[in-house]
Amino acid sequence: MNKNNVVTLNPWENLKSFTDARIALGRAGTSIPTNALLKFQLEHAQARDAVQLPLDCEAIYLQLKNELSACPQAPELFAAERPLILSSLANDRGTYLQRPDLGRMLNKVSVECLKNEKNEYDLAICIVDGLSSRAIEKNVSPFLIKLFGFMKDESNYTFAPITLVQQGRVAIGDDVAQQLGAKAVMVLIGERPGLISPDSMGMYLTHGAKVGCHDAMRNCVSNIRPAGLSYKEAASKAVYLLRESRRLGFSGVNLKERTEQTHVVEVEEINFLTQQ
Amino acid sequence: MSEYRYTLGQEIFKFKNLADLMAKATPARSGDQLAGVAAQTEKQRAVAQICLADIPLKRFLNEVLVPYEEDEITRLIIDEHSQDSFQSISHLTIGDFRNFLLSDECTKDVLSGIRQGLTPEMVAAVSKIMRNQDLILVANKCEVVTKFRNTIGLKGHFSTRLQPNHPTDNMTGIAASILDGLLYANGDAVIGINPATDNVQQCTVLLKMIDEVIQHYNIPTQSCVLTHVTNTLECIENGAPVDLVFQSIGGTQATNDSFGFNLTTLKEAHQAALELKRGSVGNNVMYFETGQGSSLSANAHHGLDQQTCEVRAYAVARKFNPLLVNTVVGFIGPEYLYDGKQIIRAGLEDHFCGKLLGLPMGCDVCYTNHAEADQNDMDNLLTLLASAGCTFVMGIPGSDDIMLNYQTTSFHDALYIRKLLGLRAAPEFEVWLENMKIMNHDFKLSASIPDSFSKNLIGM
Repeated sequence: MNKNNVVTLNPWENLKSFTDARIALGRAGTSIPTNALLKFQLEHAQARDAVQLPLDCEAIYLQLKNELSACPQAPELFAAERPLILSSLANDRGTYLQRPDLGRMLNKVSVECLKNEKNEYDLAICIVDGLSSRAIEKNVSPFLIKLFGFMKDESNYTFAPITLVQQGRVAIGDDVAQQLGAKAVMVLIGERPGLISPDSMGMYLTHGAKVGCHDAMRNCVSNIRPAGLSYKEAASKAVYLLRESRRLGFSGVNLKERTEQTHVVEVEEINFLTQQ
Repeated sequence: MSEYRYTLGQEIFKFKNLADLMAKATPARSGDQLAGVAAQTEKQRAVAQICLADIPLKRFLNEVLVPYEEDEITRLIIDEHSQDSFQSISHLTIGDFRNFLLSDECTKDVLSGIRQGLTPEMVAAVSKIMRNQDLILVANKCEVVTKFRNTIGLKGHFSTRLQPNHPTDNMTGIAASILDGLLYANGDAVIGINPATDNVQQCTVLLKMIDEVIQHYNIPTQSCVLTHVTNTLECIENGAPVDLVFQSIGGTQATNDSFGFNLTTLKEAHQAALELKRGSVGNNVMYFETGQGSSLSANAHHGLDQQTCEVRAYAVARKFNPLLVNTVVGFIGPEYLYDGKQIIRAGLEDHFCGKLLGLPMGCDVCYTNHAEADQNDMDNLLTLLASAGCTFVMGIPGSDDIMLNYQTTSFHDALYIRKLLGLRAAPEFEVWLENMKIMNHDFKLSASIPDSFSKNLIGM
């Protein structure tokens, strides 16, 4: 049977160019047609897998070491004898998902592991799996390349060796910073995956990071991914926040991010329902 | 605050106070485990339910769970309790109350007669010893009707909020989702946008936009931009066309402090919206959203279980005669409701408790990608809620909210349940759908774009 005999298409399919929303799906009776159903299931499966997939920290570490080798900060970032691969107190994904409190603290082995690296640093970069390891695999390296590109004229930052954390929440960066002796921490973390964005990375900057910091003390740059906030834009916001937090001596809600471009309207937006 | 004890064979079970007993009696969920208030064993939970069933309803008037002096919601609950309405059930225990609710004598009219005599804690307590089918059957007896530009909540009717969100509030993108929703016969509860920013200017632009659509097509529905109540107040002051005032609410004063408002703020906003007199058939002007877990998330739960906190939020809602109340059940994530089973249970509890207290209760039947849930769980919850007489659900293109990154019910889902159970849109809206040739009386959608819309699509 020709499917077009059964599925009623929606003659407003051209509106799809204005939104990623699943409009004009057509219908079988009044239900979702098979094609749209299966596409949705696939995308849900991908988002679910993104949550479950463990972060391959060794591979990420090697990749970063390789790709950032030309940056002047590289010797500091990769100073540790062995990659600093850490874990939270959440032992597995099930625990991680149900116990945000455990995901905010390093386990004993990880704390031990950082003892040898304790020093005074301006900034620790802490890479955390969060809810999407794919976000880290895809975005962390290109983001950092842009970031260090913007920072190449700033030689007055001392960097702690880079850390990678499994089963971590944003606040685990506070623990890492405290153990390392870093004044500030930049956490790069996989965000809660959406159906069309299973690979979105977030950046959280906390100045004066120590265990027990409130979320109101952090600045966040969200939705870092090729189809979302570009690496260039995200890195430029991050550098602005780094400079300002250092100058002011704090980060968080009272540090307003003023790099924000006003919403650029490339094609004129119209409410075509009432205007023509 | 007295201790509760129960002896089972050789074992003695102790519960340190009423709040502890309530928490231990609550069906299992991850949020209560996270808070450290959940039953440690299944047996302890079952025993707690037995103990809870023996508690007289009166006890809840004498033993408050959050101190009266510290919490304006406790004061609201106690001060507004009606002894007259309570009189006929004042002799019952929680266990008797369940039997009473299920009895044939307990009709729709009896239920509305006792409403003001019920406190959230009484209602939460009885829900904890009710099975899913009890929650469905009793909720279905309640009828709560509210009005603004149409009539919502009538028996045999089922409404949807059209939720045309866009990650950058792109006007054309939002218009595309509104068109899709209207042509799928959705949007009688409200056309409600979650804005991408909390910018007041931006919210005003969106309010004007939806208002123009409603006026242009003469749609018997209302608009809402779901921004903070203080932003909506500013919008009203700036002359924006505000139909409904939105706010997320919680069940303790400390929760609402963390949300940045209190009862005085709501009172002011309610008054301001009433004075606009924009409703045509009624003047219910508030839209509230709730969800189990918000108090713990704000570290403001006072040792209560999350469901009891949730029902206390309904006391806040009821004070302001809302048009719509929506429990956003699966949005908060698996640390509060772990899987489909917990989300379904919570959705049915919230709907039952809200209806019993007299609220126009709807549900955002939803889940996130890190919860153990999928579309089948949502189908189950949607079907159960519609059977329970749920007032409204969300309608979104293809179930995917591209702004908030979660999945809720689609326009198609709404049509599924209407068709299956013969449920109709709000009567005024249904007449509009027929006049516009969008959907006929037999739930058949038009195959082509109705004329009034097609001319606006030329050149798009």
